[in-house]
Parts: sequence; structure tokens; C-alpha cells
Amino acid sequence: MAKTLFEKIWDAHVVAQEPDSPAVLYIDLHLIHEVTSPQAFDGLRKRGIKVRRPDRTFGTLDHGIPTTDRSLPIVDALAARQIEIMERNCAENGIQLYGIKTGADKQGIVHVIGPELGLTQPGMTIVCGDSHTATHGAFGSLGFGIGTSEVEMVLSTQCLLQRQAKTCNVRVDGALKKGVTAKDIILGIIAKYGVGGGTGLVYEYTGAAIRAMSMEERMTICNMSIEGGSRAGLIAPDETTFNFVAGREFAPRGAEWDAKLAWWKTLPSDADAQYDVTYSLDADALEPMITYGTNPGMGMGITDRIPDPDRIADLSQRKALEKALTYMGLQPNQQLLGHKVDVVFIGSCTNSRISDLREAAALLKGRKVADGVRAVVVPGSAQVKRQAEAEGLDRIFKESGAEWREAGCSYCIAINPDVVPEGQYCISTSNRNFEGRQGKGSRSFLASPLTAAASAVAGKVTDARTL
Amino acid sequence: MSQFTSISSKVVSLNAENVDTDQIIPARFLKVTDKLGLGAQLFCDWRYNADGSAKPDFVLNKPEMKGRQVLLAGDNFGCGSSREHAPWALTGFGFRAVISTSFADIFKSNSLKNGLLPIMVDKETHAQLFSLVEEDPNTSLSIDLASQTMTLPDGRAVHFPIDSFSKTCLLNGVDEIGYVLGMREQIERYESTHA
Ligand code: SF4
Repeated sequence: MAKTLFEKIWDAHVVAQEPDSPAVLYIDLHLIHEVTSPQAFDGLRKRGIKVRRPDRTFGTLDHGIPTTDRSLPIVDALAARQIEIMERNCAENGIQLYGIKTGADKQGIVHVIGPELGLTQPGMTIVCGDSHTATHGAFGSLGFGIGTSEVEMVLSTQCLLQRQAKTCNVRVDGALKKGVTAKDIILGIIAKYGVGGGTGLVYEYTGAAIRAMSMEERMTICNMSIEGGSRAGLIAPDETTFNFVAGREFAPRGAEWDAKLAWWKTLPSDADAQYDVTYSLDADALEPMITYGTNPGMGMGITDRIPDPDRIADLSQRKALEKALTYMGLQPNQQLLGHKVDVVFIGSCTNSRISDLREAAALLKGRKVADGVRAVVVPGSAQVKRQAEAEGLDRIFKESGAEWREAGCSYCIAINPDVVPEGQYCISTSNRNFEGRQGKGSRSFLASPLTAAASAVAGKVTDARTL
Repeated sequence: MSQFTSISSKVVSLNAENVDTDQIIPARFLKVTDKLGLGAQLFCDWRYNADGSAKPDFVLNKPEMKGRQVLLAGDNFGCGSSREHAPWALTGFGFRAVISTSFADIFKSNSLKNGLLPIMVDKETHAQLFSLVEEDPNTSLSIDLASQTMTLPDGRAVHFPIDSFSKTCLLNGVDEIGYVLGMREQIERYESTHA
């Protein structure tokens, strides 16, 4: 029977399937971080068991870790304690931790370091107590976020109880215009199908625009699958994928590489495979996107006007938009172009890879961040940081007036000192614009690194194509 | 795992759609290293002023809401992050069931593991429930998991879906991790041939 990419990976990982029960699915790679794992390790201790496969478990410190000088003590006592507990849990169980005291040269945001180290490979099942685990789907692997009870289950058994999701083919045909990026595609898909459009579905992104992309662009797309409600988002592996993986620290070598490669090449969905649902987006027609509201589905083309709640028939949707605009301090029918910004954040697991930083730096080169704007560039990993510094990008950022930080989640989740002050506007390359996401009372505009960098220079929301 | 059989309770109504996990429990409270005490921060930014005082208009702050176990919420409840702190905060406050037209996938699975029952109803029933509670804020609902029914004050019974595995686990307080730990042989066999 013809199968989709998702079905092939699924079938290859079913350990047991009892009638009327969810499948027991084997997990190839388990990534953990300091925020969603402590209670899971407690659970193991209560059961008196150790981690089943420490060799398949890798830890990083990213969420709560400060992005300033790491040699200084961490001021926030709770964050410090969480980090200490993570260090202890990893040490006790023989888990490799990329943190402060160990593996600092490879520390970074969990979804940046997995691919970077070659841990992420096609055909794998990959989980992490973090909803943006969908990022790894860019390699044609099944990556999805899990809760802490599930982290405990994977630590104990290397398996998960799962029901097979339905499949959705998300076709992106055409080619992007200059100045339009992968981030704009995914914001476009979420704006079109809504934040619940992918509930119960696994997205597979297909089409010419996706095929033409680099791995980093594909990761940006898959990263935000969860923002459309889809727990996982996959892209079929191809030469671009294989070339990216080859030679990385944990990538297979020699005969093992040949065997794996032969299998990876069989993974793409069969030509006559059936999807349960089909969505589509026309890349040719896409403009740079920006969000105006308090969920990632409230997005529009950068030259568009904010929708008018009065023209929305559905009562609950109208109320939701009204509430969002009140929170954001915005008016219906208003353009966002020219709206002031206070903070510019270039970073997060969506857009903190070297290509993102190169794009932003190319725009900032020879320009200055506008007065009164705080621009912060946070690389996704220590390796990205070193690469950027080797290319002199850090100097471009600093000369423009932007801050250059250590790797971490930073302003994306604002649980370290990187917090957008109440009422201020932040144009951000991250993935969530929920109320308070970047700090209590913070107001987020989600956009691409290009749009963010252009807006930093102008001090207001700006279409990079006009600079 | 916590058990769930049946409850009867008045309802807390929160008519907002796409309530995300950052609203349920803001990220700055994720620095805890246990599961307890998060009920106090449930819906924190909607519930408290900057100085920490309670906002009298927010539904959870009304004294009569104390002890209510059922939350009636708008569409697509629990979207956003995978934090299990969301169901921990809801159960910490005392909720045992949430009613909506749909739930985000990860939130739903996290809830079921914490004895918090996500009850999915159709749009029509959903709207009726909101108007019932609006007319009579003391409307009480009975929820019985074994028969998968929710009974309204007028005696009408609404059937709700739940997969049979989760149902069995909830009714019997089955430890899912224990269940999979019991499959050691199958896991070892898989590992010897695949991994
Ligand atoms: S960068 Fe943001 S979205 Fe990504 S893992 Fe960190 S907190 Fe989560």
C-alpha cells in the first residue's frame, strides 16, 4: 500500500500495538532541557529506576539560562536551582549535557543543537518536552513535543504511548519573491488556516518552494507547525538533507552511513499516497508577513491593514479580535507599517541560525539601530555564535548598536532577565505573540529577521524591501 | 496517575477562544521543580493586578467560584506550549474537567495524565452551555466518565467522546508508565532488531 513519509516512520517504530490501545512507539532521540524535566526525573527516583537509554538522551540548558556573561553567578535563585538540578540529573544518569559546566562549547537552544550536532537524522522519532520539537521534522523525521509525564515515560522506557495522527499535505508551490522568506511562508500558512487548523493532524510540507529551500529555511517552517495546531511537521529528505547531515559529530559514517542513506532515500511519500487533508499556499503571491494580534494566526501581509472586528460574522472570533487589539493597543483598519517599536529581538529556535544572522547582518551593515530602540541578537547556539564571530557578524551587530549575546531562548519566553517591559512593542523573530509571552504586558509583532532588522533601523515597522 | 469516575459541580465560565498555555500559566512560573502550588498562579495575568492584588472582575476571583470543578471555555483550549504545568495549575486550583469544542493535542494528552477530563462538545451544545450558565450562574453539571455523559440541570444527557484506553486508565487510575515498563521484553526485542 502506498504510504506517506509520516506513515513510513510510524510503521518503523511501532514496538507493540494492542487492540483499542495506543501504539507503543519507540523513540530514537530524546532531547531534554532544564524546565520540563525535573519532575520527570523525580518520578524515576520514586520508582527507583534509572534512565533506560542515556545514550539516546541529550540535555541542554536553554530556556532559563541567562544570555549575558556565563562566568557570573545566576541571580535568579529559582533558575539557578533548576539548572543545578538538571546538572545533577544528567550526571547521575550518565546523560550528555551541553550546559555551563559541561559541553558549554556546544550549548544552545535544543532545536538548534540537535540538527547542528547531527543528532537529528531522517526517519527518526524525536521527542522533547517542548512543543517546537516539530523543528526536527525538516529532516524527514517525526519530531513532536511532549509533556513532563511523557518525558518521564521516555526516560523510563524509551517509548511513548501514541495514537496515529491524520496526515495533511501542505503544498507550497511557486517561488518566493525577493525579500520574502521561509518565516513568511509559515506565518502565511498559520494566518490562512488558523491556530487550530492542524489539530489532530501531522503536516507534511511539499511543493516547489519547499524543495528549493536550505535546511535552515526548512527548519524555520517546521518549527512553527505547532503554532498552526499541528503537533509535527515533516519535509521529505533529499540531497539537501543528506548533505547537511553528512560529516556532523553524531552522523553515521562509513558502511553505517551507506545503509542509513539507502533507507532515508525510501522515506519520501509514495507518489500515490493519500493524505487525509490538503492545504495550500501560493509562494508567488506571498508578501512579507507580520502579526498584529495575540496568537500567531493573527497575521497579515506587511502592507495590509488590520482586520475590522465589525466585519467578522462569527461572534467568538469577533470578540477574540477585539480583545487582541485592545491588548495590543491597535485599531481596526490600521496599517502596522510605521508603527513604533521599542525592542527588536533576533533569535529563538525559529530564526537564530547562521543564515538568519547573515540576513540580519547584511541589512544592518553600515546602518544604525534607531535611537530609543533596544535591538538584541541572540544566537541559537554556541556554535552559531562562534561561526558568526568568525564571519565578523558580531562586529556588524555591535557597530549598528545592537547587543550580541550568549546562546539561549532569551526574549522568546522571557523567563530569564531578557524581558520586554510592560506595554512596549517588540518586533520579534520568535514564534509566539501570546499575551505576556515576552514579559507581562509585552506586545509582540512576529516577523522575519529581515523585517525585524529593517524595523530596528527605522525604529518602526518597516518593509525591508523599501530600505 | 489520578483517577476520575464522576463529579457534580457548578461551572466556571471563561468565554475566550484559543486560550493558550501562556495564559493558563505564564512562563515565568515554569521555574518550579515540583508540580505543587501552581493553582495560585492559574491565569495569573488575567487574575491579578501588577501589585499582586486580585482583579475583582475576573471570574476566578469571585468568592462563589471557589471549589468549582468544571471550567467551561471557548474553542481550541490549551494551544501553545507543551508545558504540563498547565493541567497542574488547573488541577491545583481544583478543576477536574474542562469543556470546550476542541483542545490542542498536547494539552489534551497532558490533561488525561493528570486526572483532568477534557470534554469535547459540539458547537450547539457549547453555545447552550454558555447561555445556561449566563442565565443561572449556579448551574450545576454532573459528569460521569463510565457512561461518558454529562447531565444538564434539565435532565438532558450529553454524550462526550474519549478514547477507550484513556478512559480505562482514568477510571482505574492506571499507571501508564508502569504499563509500558511491563513491556520490557517487546522493547528489548525491538531494540535488538532496530536500534
Ligand atoms: S526559543 Fe522559544 S520556542 Fe524555542 S525552545 Fe526556546 S522558548 Fe521554546
